[in-house]
Amino acid sequence: MGLGAYLCVSAALLVIGIALMLARRNILYVLMGLELILNAANINFVAFARFSASPLDGRMFAIFVIILAAAEAAVALAIILHVVQLFHSVKPSAVDRLRE
Amino acid sequence: MNSSKPFAALFAAALIASLGAGAWWAGAMGAAFGLFALLTIGGGLICLFERSVVRSAFALLSTFLGTSGLFLLLGSDFLAMAQVLIYVGGILALLLFGVMLTPPDLGERRLPRVFAALVAAAAVVGLAVWRCADVAAFRRAGALEAPRSDAEVIGVAFLDPTQYLVPFELAAVFLTVALVAAVYIARRRSIDPDSKAAP
Repeated sequence: MGLGAYLCVSAALLVIGIALMLARRNILYVLMGLELILNAANINFVAFARFSASPLDGRMFAIFVIILAAAEAAVALAIILHVVQLFHSVKPSAVDRLRE
Repeated sequence: MNSSKPFAALFAAALIASLGAGAWWAGAMGAAFGLFALLTIGGGLICLFERSVVRSAFALLSTFLGTSGLFLLLGSDFLAMAQVLIYVGGILALLLFGVMLTPPDLGERRLPRVFAALVAAAAVVGLAVWRCADVAAFRRAGALEAPRSDAEVIGVAFLDPTQYLVPFELAAVFLTVALVAAVYIARRRSIDPDSKAAP
């Protein structure tokens, strides 16, 4: 399997993630699309690490991306819970004021 | 559940097609790649087209497992296991908590909007790939060595002060700060139907 096949899968995953963030009107779907985009980036990192002369750097980048994704999911979920309690809606467009 | 039978047929057809194409192209490795690629992309597509948030979240399980399999095929077993542990065990569970704690909205999916977003994203990504493919220069390894377990290499690199020790410790501090911040943000109003009026 060459590098191009993995890059194709990653590009498809990136397209799906962007479409998920654009098309669905629910904050949770935006979060899911974000996770898909980060996964696509991770596949790219690991694929380039496999086919390059220095195999460690890409994997390290992928590990730090996973760490960031975990922290981001936790904070984003806390914000979503707060938004739902404040605005009684999960639509991103419903969040339109900064103070109560 | 009327639509489950054509969906199952479609999934089986896609499975056979991807396995066959992969096996015809590159043998057993190709078949495994086809299976994992189908899991990854198919899960994403189900998540995109599914009406219910719960099913979308469970479709992401397929995507994460497929990505983990792709990592295995790329010879990075530590990352594959970390992917399963963190994404499936952590982030997916968090997403499901979020799904259960937010009001459901079954009518928000609009198929024209989904297709339009898919076409727009494909156009943008395709243009970027097309423009980058010519100018990107990539230094390949001369001969691919056989993949072997990289957990020990990664562990040594994380604890070596000349390599990744400082980012490793920073990541630990960052995770602590992020989790404390998440608890702080989610804490102020408890999940309680009576506290709706209290500011």
